[in-house]
Parts: sequence; C-alpha cells; structure tokens
Amino acid sequence: MNPVVVALCVGMLSVAALCALIRVAKGPTMLDRVVALDVVVATVVIGLCVEAAANRHATTLPVIVVLALVGFVGSVSVARYAAKESDEERGKR
Amino acid sequence: MNPVAEVVVPVALLLGCLLTLLAAVGLLRLSDLLARMHTTAKPQVLGVLLSLVAVGLQLHRATDVAMIVAIGAFQLLTVPVAAHVVGRAAYRTGQVDPSVLAHDDLADDLARGERPAG
Repeated sequence: MNPVVVALCVGMLSVAALCALIRVAKGPTMLDRVVALDVVVATVVIGLCVEAAANRHATTLPVIVVLALVGFVGSVSVARYAAKESDEERGKR
Repeated sequence: MNPVAEVVVPVALLLGCLLTLLAAVGLLRLSDLLARMHTTAKPQVLGVLLSLVAVGLQLHRATDVAMIVAIGAFQLLTVPVAAHVVGRAAYRTGQVDPSVLAHDDLADDLARGERPAG
C-alpha cells in the first residue's frame, strides 16, 4: 500500500490519541475519562487495522477482538460504579 | 490486487483516521459530558467499521473475513449500550446540567414517580 497513506493515517491517529489523552488527564469527572478512554481504545483498534491492511496479515485480528471487548466491559463497569461527586470536586472544575 | 480494492482501501483507512481525529478534537473542545459522548460515537462505530472494511478487502481467507464481520457486529451492539450506560450514570449522579437540555423527558417521568425508560 502507498506509504504516504500509511504515514497520513499514523499522523492523524497520533494527534487523535494525544487529544484524547489530554482529556483523560483533565477530566474533570470520572465519566469524562471513561468516554476519552473509549476514544483511545478506538484509536488503537483503527491503528491495528491500518497495520494489518498495510502488511496484509491477520495476526492482530484476535487482539482487535480483545480490545473491543475490554473497552466495552471497562466503560460499563466504571459507569456502573460512578459515584455522586462531592461539592469540593465540583469546585475544582 | 483488484482495482476497486486499490481505491477503496486507502480511502476507507483515511476516512476512519479522519473521523478519529475529529472525535478527539471534539473531545477536547466540547463543553460537557453529553456533547463529548455525541462526538465520540463516530470513530467507535463508523471509523472502526471503515477500517475493518479496508482490512477485509486486503485479506482473502474466509476465516479472517468472518472474524472481521464478527468484530463489526460486536461494535454495533456494544457501543450504543456503553454510551447509554455512561449517559444514564451521568444523569443519575447529577453530572448533567439541566439548563443545557432543551427538554428533559426523564425528569418529568421521575417527578411523576413512574418507572423511567432510561
């Protein structure tokens, strides 16, 4: 595959992952971080797809399955135990 | 490689990456949790599906393609469920600002003491 396409994809994904990680760091709430981490997982999945398409192999497909599953279970379980924010946490926003 | 795949594969990959980039920028710039959830659903469904289509066109074995179809179906099932659960948790723990909502059906239901749908 055209190396320019691969380079463009890698560049866009890197910037996207960086933006999502900044949101993970900033918060402000736990649920914001969960949503941002979902985007990080999606970025990694798409990156693995780019790699598999560029090199024409299927070895990373099971990894993609596991990542999709862990992303889902992770966000659901964190959301399940999301607690009410205390007033002082709100004040930090 | 067949000529259709030669065009479709790079286009699908680039679109998938572009959607991810747009979602990440939206994640940084949008103001509250519900708006951010709105922007993050795009790479998780359409972006992943587009890049899976690209991989599927590159691989020719039936087992690989079957796995890719399974991943796509799994994404379509789980992403809305996860978004729903996160939105529900946000509403129930008071992290959604009611003033940004045009109309709040759930609050009406809760006030009437009915069993809410969400």
